[in-house]
Amino acid sequence: METMVELRGVTKRFGTVAAVDAVDLQIRKGEFLTLLGPSGCGKTTLLRLLAGFEMPTSGQILIEGRDVSDTPPYRRDVNQVFQSYAIFPHLTVEGNISFGLKMRHLPRDEQVQRVAEATELVSLKGLEKRWPHELSGGQRQRVALARALVCRPKVLLLDEPLSALDAKLRHAMQLELKHLQRQLGITFVFVTHDQEEALIMSDRIAVISRGRIDQLGTATEIYHSPASAFTADFIGEANLLDSAILARNGVTAQVRMAEGVEVTVRASALRPESTRALLSVRPEKIYITRTKPAKDNTFKGVIEEEVFRGAMDELRIRVAGKLELMAMVANESAHEHAWHKGDTVYCAIHTDDIVVVEQK
Amino acid sequence: MARVNALFGGWTVLVLAFFYAPIVLLVAYSFNSSRLNIVWEGFTLKWYGMLWRDNRLIAALENSVLVALAATSLAVVVGTAGAWLIHRYRYGGIRTISTLAFIPMVVPEIIMGISLLVFFKTTGVALGYGTVIIAHTTFCFPFVMAAVQARLAGLDPSLEEAALDLGATPLKAFWYVIVPYLMPGIVSGALMAFALSMDELIVTYFTSSSASATLPLRIYGMAKVGLNPMINALSTIFIVATILLLLASESVKRLRR
Repeated sequence: METMVELRGVTKRFGTVAAVDAVDLQIRKGEFLTLLGPSGCGKTTLLRLLAGFEMPTSGQILIEGRDVSDTPPYRRDVNQVFQSYAIFPHLTVEGNISFGLKMRHLPRDEQVQRVAEATELVSLKGLEKRWPHELSGGQRQRVALARALVCRPKVLLLDEPLSALDAKLRHAMQLELKHLQRQLGITFVFVTHDQEEALIMSDRIAVISRGRIDQLGTATEIYHSPASAFTADFIGEANLLDSAILARNGVTAQVRMAEGVEVTVRASALRPESTRALLSVRPEKIYITRTKPAKDNTFKGVIEEEVFRGAMDELRIRVAGKLELMAMVANESAHEHAWHKGDTVYCAIHTDDIVVVEQK
Repeated sequence: MARVNALFGGWTVLVLAFFYAPIVLLVAYSFNSSRLNIVWEGFTLKWYGMLWRDNRLIAALENSVLVALAATSLAVVVGTAGAWLIHRYRYGGIRTISTLAFIPMVVPEIIMGISLLVFFKTTGVALGYGTVIIAHTTFCFPFVMAAVQARLAGLDPSLEEAALDLGATPLKAFWYVIVPYLMPGIVSGALMAFALSMDELIVTYFTSSSASATLPLRIYGMAKVGLNPMINALSTIFIVATILLLLASESVKRLRR
């Protein structure tokens, strides 16, 4: 795969704080890469470094092999969709979209043609003469998108562009953006703090924590094999269980999550010298039954709390002592056999669904 | 409740009367055919005609408009640039600079007039149009700066970045995006500056030559000799012009929405 953007040891300090800390990253040509992390993790600074609004304290940024570390934003083939959209209030839809072409002194007829294409692409046809204050939030967003795409950037940067939309429109736009990206083949770098959004849209996700890339991988890799407790906890929901390693039997190992609760895990992820491991188990991977199933990794517990979450029921199950598990089950609260607080249940976890995220 | 409303209504009428009665009276007397303000003799437009034929007054009016236009233009450039630089760039001592910029707003005019006069005399600058324009710019630009700063307070910082992102150099971004955004502030600041300059007496008194005397200075000179219905007529024209300016600035604001 061809590399579009490369970051080599990029650090950005504000005073003594490293907002971005020695980041190495290769962004492939035509991919949809998401920078995902909580607020203040440095993902926006990383995007601003790519746009050229910030210059790295050290390290290099290359676009198509050319070092742009010191290139100002107006000389980079990169365009951004801003979180606030930053639509120019004194220009019409058309004026906004053609702004970048005017700055580049493109011939008049080419400007007209490209603006027409862009408005068509983002379904703004017929609104060209409108003023920004006459548009809805979703329409403004489309203007911001068209205004950036019309410049035919090598990389399109998107800074939480969907955060101001309501849930329904947001989901529709997620899919639309994804389709648009596939259709145009432009490299998208998308910033969000919404893990679900990242899972839906991205080819690859870079999970950012404290200015560093915690994990880089596809949505399924990151969800099923989180490389750290942070990623396991941040993406989706996870039971993080500090366990003692008791014995190794070839491909499996025996660990103790709590007094009397012992499970079998894959030994391949464990280092020989490790004595303790932090395990991650997704709540939907815990199987709940009333009678004891004939499976390994099964233990008894009592439902402490039941939370109705629409499609799913969230169960908090006290297994032993301090050990409490969160499980997600398909919502059956309308049925007779619904789960209730105080019920005694059996929990079963498949060996493959237990992920070692840390060990020592 | 009705009594309270009546009370407030009555009070409002009294306050408005207090403000506007002298002006209404002045406008009425500008159409009075008697030379004396106290007696109403009948309707006339002769004072307006006399104004039109008074060459010294017309010359003073021309001076006033010239000075106000020049001082307003300079104040717009200096005030807008100043507001933007203070907003955009964090220099050391920026607070001191922005406080210093507003001092001409509060310094007593007589002190400003005298200090400017002393300054011009020491530096050997001959009093004339130039000195009046410089003096007027000095007290006008803080008003433009304040109006522009008020507008800048609500500026989305992404707006400038979006312009840079789309290929505009910092200068082009300022000209094509920031200036249009600031326009309502610039216009209202400019109108304020224009009105202040047209109005100014004391600073002008110290900094003008007889050739560059402005209208207020000429009116003052006339009033010293004795009240004259021509002054009423002149003032009426001033009031109408001011109202028209205000209406214009309001409609500009509405267009800009």
